[in-house]
Amino acid sequence: METLLAITIGCLVAAAVYLMLARDMLRFLFGLTLISNAVNLAIFASGRITVGGVPPLVPDGEKYPVGDVANALPQALILTAIVIGFGLFAFSLVLAMRAYSALGTLDTDAMRLSEADDEKGDAA
Amino acid sequence: MNSLILTTATRLIVAILLVFSVFMLLRGHNEPGGGFIGGLIGATGFVMYAIACGTAEARAALRAAPEQIAMVGLGVAALAGLASALFADPLFTGQWLFLGASEGEKGLPLSTVLVFDIGVYLVVMGGILTLVFALEEEI
Amino acid sequence: MAQHSEHPASFWTLASVVPPLIAAGLFAFFLSFLPAVAAGEGLRHAVPWVPSMGVELSFFIDGLSLTFALLISGIGVLVMLFSGSYLAGHPQHARFSLYLVSFMLAMLGLVLADNLLALFVFWELTTITSFLLIGFNHDSKVSQRAALQALLVTGTGGLAMLAGFLMIGSVAGTMELSALRDMGDVLRDSPMYLPILILVLAGAFTKSAQFPFHFWLPNAMAAPTPVSAYLHSATMVKGGVYLLARMHPNLSGTDVWMWTLVIFGAFTTVFASVVALKQNDLKQTLAYTTLMALGALVLYLAAPGGYAITAMATFLVVHSLYKAALFLMIGCVDHATGTRDARRLGGLIRRMPVTGIAGGLAALSMAGMIPFIGFIGKELLYKGGLESPASVVIVTGAIFAASALMFAIAGVVAFKPFWGTDAHMPQLDRPIREAPLPMLAGPVVLGALGLYFGLDSHTLQVAVTDPIAGALLGDMEKGKDLHLWTGVNAALVLSILTFATGVVIYVFHKALRDRIDEAAARLISFDAAWDSFLAGMTRGAVAVTAQLQTGVLSRYLLVVFATITVVIGGTILLRGLDIGSPVLDGISYVHLVVFGLTIAGTLVAVATNSRIAAIAGLGVVGIGVALVFIQFGAPDVAITQILVEMLVVVLFSVAALRLPTLPPARPVSERTLHAAVSIGLGVVVAAVVIGVTSVPLDLNLTEYFEKNSYPIAHGKNIVNVILVDFRAFDTFGEISVVAVAAISAYALLKQRKPKGTS
Repeated sequence: METLLAITIGCLVAAAVYLMLARDMLRFLFGLTLISNAVNLAIFASGRITVGGVPPLVPDGEKYPVGDVANALPQALILTAIVIGFGLFAFSLVLAMRAYSALGTLDTDAMRLSEADDEKGDAA
Repeated sequence: MNSLILTTATRLIVAILLVFSVFMLLRGHNEPGGGFIGGLIGATGFVMYAIACGTAEARAALRAAPEQIAMVGLGVAALAGLASALFADPLFTGQWLFLGASEGEKGLPLSTVLVFDIGVYLVVMGGILTLVFALEEEI
Repeated sequence: MAQHSEHPASFWTLASVVPPLIAAGLFAFFLSFLPAVAAGEGLRHAVPWVPSMGVELSFFIDGLSLTFALLISGIGVLVMLFSGSYLAGHPQHARFSLYLVSFMLAMLGLVLADNLLALFVFWELTTITSFLLIGFNHDSKVSQRAALQALLVTGTGGLAMLAGFLMIGSVAGTMELSALRDMGDVLRDSPMYLPILILVLAGAFTKSAQFPFHFWLPNAMAAPTPVSAYLHSATMVKGGVYLLARMHPNLSGTDVWMWTLVIFGAFTTVFASVVALKQNDLKQTLAYTTLMALGALVLYLAAPGGYAITAMATFLVVHSLYKAALFLMIGCVDHATGTRDARRLGGLIRRMPVTGIAGGLAALSMAGMIPFIGFIGKELLYKGGLESPASVVIVTGAIFAASALMFAIAGVVAFKPFWGTDAHMPQLDRPIREAPLPMLAGPVVLGALGLYFGLDSHTLQVAVTDPIAGALLGDMEKGKDLHLWTGVNAALVLSILTFATGVVIYVFHKALRDRIDEAAARLISFDAAWDSFLAGMTRGAVAVTAQLQTGVLSRYLLVVFATITVVIGGTILLRGLDIGSPVLDGISYVHLVVFGLTIAGTLVAVATNSRIAAIAGLGVVGIGVALVFIQFGAPDVAITQILVEMLVVVLFSVAALRLPTLPPARPVSERTLHAAVSIGLGVVVAAVVIGVTSVPLDLNLTEYFEKNSYPIAHGKNIVNVILVDFRAFDTFGEISVVAVAAISAYALLKQRKPKGTS
């Protein structure tokens, strides 16, 4: 099962990197979302997969979890990583929109050129 | 989007989502849920409201500014962490009070851990709404 | 510095008085250890520093470190007295005193540290403080260059040394010098011995200015004279010698050690004494004689013989005494006459008799005249050379040449300015006078000590040379006796020959100087080579920066991703990756559908040119990932993932209204390159994940959480308990990030628009 998951992660990473290498900011953001997903899955995989594993909950009347329990630690890490990844994504999106309204382009090459010209006028 | 059906339905759904989000927050210590999930659900409710009725109305319904909610949440979480200082424990050590506890019955648990989770809830909800409202107003 | 004599300022300021008092206090403190150390004891004192890494701040006092500590603090007192008067009235005198005291403390730490890492830290502290001292006249280009050069040369050596120390630590399992002393065999038999030796020697040779790293030391004479006297005679450059002596029990005893030290030491000592003769500036002359002494000390650390080590220990003290005295003496002369040019100074004995006699005493010790301690030192050097297991001819020959030249140079430095002709003396509009008392104290005390130890060599033997022999050879009995008169033997004959040769050289030194000048002009200059090396580094950096810092985001990312791919992928290819057999247990069609869905969504997001299709593809990926979480027992994560994915799609859709449509795909050539890097990285990541999951997992932490979640933290949802209780502080950091991201985005968007427009 881990092998299958690893291949899926590999596909996600390859696609994310390919998108991030594009000069277009929007494609870059698509890549960013994909790579966050890939990393979360990788953390999940490194905590090992329990096939048919039950969630890490303590059943009523027990003191400890019973049976094949999924590893709780990576789950806690991923949970916060997802929320932070969302914060990062939203911030980048806002940045892209700001850049577009200020520079009129989402092409990172063109941005670099217009940045110098517009330094005084637009980027307040 | 001035669909009457959407607007009406959304009011109902937002109310349900808000109640549900608090439910998820409170049960989080023992069942799937918690501050992160609760905050996300609450935020989703207001995001839907903003889409259906506009951000201005969503802001009005929220009453407080979302960025203030986030900051208050951060403060609540920090206070919950600092509370352990009163009991000479290390930072962020959970403190528990079991109301009405008796033999074999734990009673109603109140804890700084719950307060901390409420802080998380507020930060997540406030933070996301700040972002989303700002983005939508940009359009 | 002579200009300060024109407006004499009071010596009685804090900046003048406090440093010598500190040094004197330390000197007295270290003196109190002398009886115990002379009895052969080693004292250790440790304070925990980074207990989790086994690093403690530990100090160790034995014969070797105590000798250095006494020299550093003792000469420190005299140098600080001197500079208190020399720099009195200088606007930055207080700063200077601070640097000097800091340097002394760092140096003391260096010689007293028992832990190799602590030793390294102090080592670099001496580098930094000496940088400040050499560059004290910071508005002079010469000082700036000299300070930077010293910093870079010794700093680089220090880093190499650190690498060597870490290797020692990994081979021996300890970083404590007191424990390493008995582990010489472990180190010598290790396959890492050669790399360790090279790295440690790199540190010692740069610090102690052995050829070919010698060039920084004469340049460092740009520092004020007391600094030269202190750092570049008695202390800083001896740091390398100290290190070699410290490492002697651990690393010596092999042919590599012996021949490396013999060759570098012998060459440095002869080379330096020849070049010393050609200098006109007396400070420069002394700088090169310091190189000569350092070479000799290194030379005698090559072999484990009793005479060699006793000679090293004696000469260490001899050199520190006469060199500091002569530097300070020249400081007095410079102060009074405004020049240090050997060709002009002469006849000063009538004006400055005390300085002249003190300098004369020091110079006689330097020349190795009987009954000075220098004579005993030279005799021992010859005896050590004659019993050298490496090569009697090389060692004795080098010492003979160097000693004869020293004899001549002693005449140039201390005889000629006082008893030579005053025909070329510069005309001054003020009388030439003795320097004030605090400045005179150094040359007088140190010069007199050279004579005293010559007459009472037994004290030196008990206090210094025997304990050092004990520290280096493990047995104080192996130290040889110090006697002025040992009968007529080979060493005495050599001494007499040395004097004769020295006199000849002194008489003809002006002619020789011109010859050396001519020869030196034809040799490559290491100083100039250093400059071109630095210039080359700058050019290289500019070229690399122009390639890497293009300002094109996709280029940066390409470099980063390609580097990760090559480094990790290359490691996997080189080292091999044990991935075991593929773990494919328990796969059902449900899993295949979930993974298939995820990959299909990915492909859509990559291939399409439509924004809506791409966003939909991303949504599918997000849901697929959430399904993965659900399948394998992570409901909390799955719920969060679905909620966040919804918000991502909503935000993308909202943004899509505002942003332009996607540009067409990139040109084919670019596409191929990007695809190659992406696929490469994808494969590497997949391989790493497979590799990681095929080794056993340490479940300690998870088990702790499972065991304690309900009993201690009263929570049944372990994931949530980890988040809000066990690791609450982490979570607090994370929600702070969310809040900060929200506020920054808000600020970005709202900076022009008034609030509430929709």
